[in-house]
Amino acid sequence: MTTLTLAKALNEGLRAAMDADSKVLVMGEDVGKLGGVFRVTDGLQKDFGEDRVIDTPLAESGIIGTAIGLALRGYRPVCEIQFDGFVFPAADQIITQLAKMPLRSLGKIKLPVVVRIPCGGGIGAVEHHSESPESYFTHTAGLRVVACSNPVDAYTMIQDAVRCDDPVVFFEPKRRYWDKADVEFGAPGLPLDRARVAREGDDVTLVAYGPMVKTCLEAAAAAEEDGRSVGVIDLRSLNPLDMPVVRDAVNRTGRCVVVHEAPVFSGLGGEIAARVTEQCFYRLEAPVLRVGGFSTPYPPSRLEDHYLPDLDRILEAVDRVFGY
Amino acid sequence: MTAPTAPPELVQLLTPEGERIEHPDYDIDLTAEEVRSLYRDLVLVRRVDLEAVALQRQGELGLWASLLGQEAAQVGSGRALTDADMAFPTYREHGVAWCRGVDPLHLLGLFRGVNHGGWDPYEHNFHLYTIVIGSQTLHSVGYAMGIQRDGAEAATIVYFGDGATSQGDVNEAFIWASVFNAPVVFFCQNNQWAISEPLEKQSKIPLYKRASGFGFPGIRVDGNDVFACLAVTRAALRNAREGQGPTLVEAFTYRMGAHTTSDDPTRYRVADELEAWKLKDPIERVKAYLFKNQLADQEFFDKIDAEADLLGKDLRARCLALPDPQPGAIFDHVYAEPHALLAEEREQFTTYLAGFEGAQ
Repeated sequence: MTTLTLAKALNEGLRAAMDADSKVLVMGEDVGKLGGVFRVTDGLQKDFGEDRVIDTPLAESGIIGTAIGLALRGYRPVCEIQFDGFVFPAADQIITQLAKMPLRSLGKIKLPVVVRIPCGGGIGAVEHHSESPESYFTHTAGLRVVACSNPVDAYTMIQDAVRCDDPVVFFEPKRRYWDKADVEFGAPGLPLDRARVAREGDDVTLVAYGPMVKTCLEAAAAAEEDGRSVGVIDLRSLNPLDMPVVRDAVNRTGRCVVVHEAPVFSGLGGEIAARVTEQCFYRLEAPVLRVGGFSTPYPPSRLEDHYLPDLDRILEAVDRVFGY
Repeated sequence: MTAPTAPPELVQLLTPEGERIEHPDYDIDLTAEEVRSLYRDLVLVRRVDLEAVALQRQGELGLWASLLGQEAAQVGSGRALTDADMAFPTYREHGVAWCRGVDPLHLLGLFRGVNHGGWDPYEHNFHLYTIVIGSQTLHSVGYAMGIQRDGAEAATIVYFGDGATSQGDVNEAFIWASVFNAPVVFFCQNNQWAISEPLEKQSKIPLYKRASGFGFPGIRVDGNDVFACLAVTRAALRNAREGQGPTLVEAFTYRMGAHTTSDDPTRYRVADELEAWKLKDPIERVKAYLFKNQLADQEFFDKIDAEADLLGKDLRARCLALPDPQPGAIFDHVYAEPHALLAEEREQFTTYLAGFEGAQ
């Protein structure tokens, strides 16, 4: 066991993936000498060389487009998009090419490309550095979309994403990069498409992923003091969703609140609410509620604490879900 | 052989009248058999295209993007490739597909709507058609970076049009290729028209001159001259394989047909322009050359024409026999690994369809 930050756990996971397979490449802006703006790729270029850890020109579409070409040649590129708000120049390559080319080839082509995206707010950043664009990608068939929430998962999920023969959009909760946990090197994790029960609970189920898992766990601990048993599901995989785990939990509690940073409207929470309603209809004591961002652009950082779901907003929703 | 007559910026080895001319930097030494073979390619490719247009007009294809007029650019560059080189086409490279050995039926399948491509890109080192303009330029550069990492003796060639040069992806591909010295040949078929927009809407300077700003050579070649296209592409590919980096080849040609079968060029261009370009036809000049130099007789030309007719007839029959895919094929190959959501939807859809079995 080694105590690692989430950023370092990703770094160790990438290192293990590169050790295991010489076809694994890391590419992106500033991933080489600098080690990435969040240091996730720290030291990799020194150890694996400039041919395997590639500092690219500053153009996101180019990063993904050339990664596709490298994958066509048999490589397994792991691309870093520096910030969530900068993925959009690459959206065309991700949506029209990366997601669809294997189908276009009737399976002759596999594109094992990982697109790493630091996501979410809470770090006092300027515009375009705090966004949660996951729904754009969960809506695109052909992509797998995952989000890690803690160092232990980060370490195994990044390795599983690299091993996966499908393209994977990999969200990293940037405000949790410095959270620490004990990580066991070489230990396997849950399969990449599985959700995790982060906390058992009998009265209400919170469903979250990425940065909101920790916030939900804190809310659950606070609710316990009020005598409520709140469970937390960490989805880990956003496409596909691991509905059996969610269904089992909600069937037990009869109440469900979905929490994410992204705007509620047209967000992933709507999909989860619909599925929970379909699958747990006779066990539900209340409608599925959602807590998330407003239907506004991400606000200036002095206002972000009001925009981001926090303990109180989650607990307020928990209260409401008991009001039915 | 006569002295150069073409404008100096245009590499030309065979005039529209079928005269061989010299160029100080590029030349080519072809046997009579090789010239006859190129002629055969040009004629058969045009015949495939003609048959496909007819199939679309008869409702057997949803759409077709004709290559009429661009046969020399495609056959010349396509025949410059080695087996190890990888070609990245747009959706109009039927002539390159032919040179790579891809069954034209596969191309028809896409436009008929039985699949979105479907041939094995690795079987003939001919990538799938890309419909989004310019996207494939980045794929070709990435692939070329893979060739570099493999230490292989190969290059990529990527096709795109004059309109595509305005796309961000194409410009990013130029930058990437230049910075990484990637073994790639950018083969731009400037056919003068991006649907209805003439070249002036895309560029204030000749396209080949763009390359110098990115730090690699650009060459303009007579795109209707199969000899020149072969010679220039061969040299560019050799340079790429030998580590000298990318080249932009601008094949100056003309889209003699519509953009696609859905297009109506009479709305935006004058008939005289087409008539002028007909005099520069890529096939006629090779025929004139073969005839003048007594490298082929009428019997040869008749034989090629008969082969073309057979090819068209056979292609038509096989196109009409293409089965529609089974409904469940919607779910195939979306993911390489098992995917719970897709499995669930496939099962629901299968059950739904089964509900109609036996119904009147």
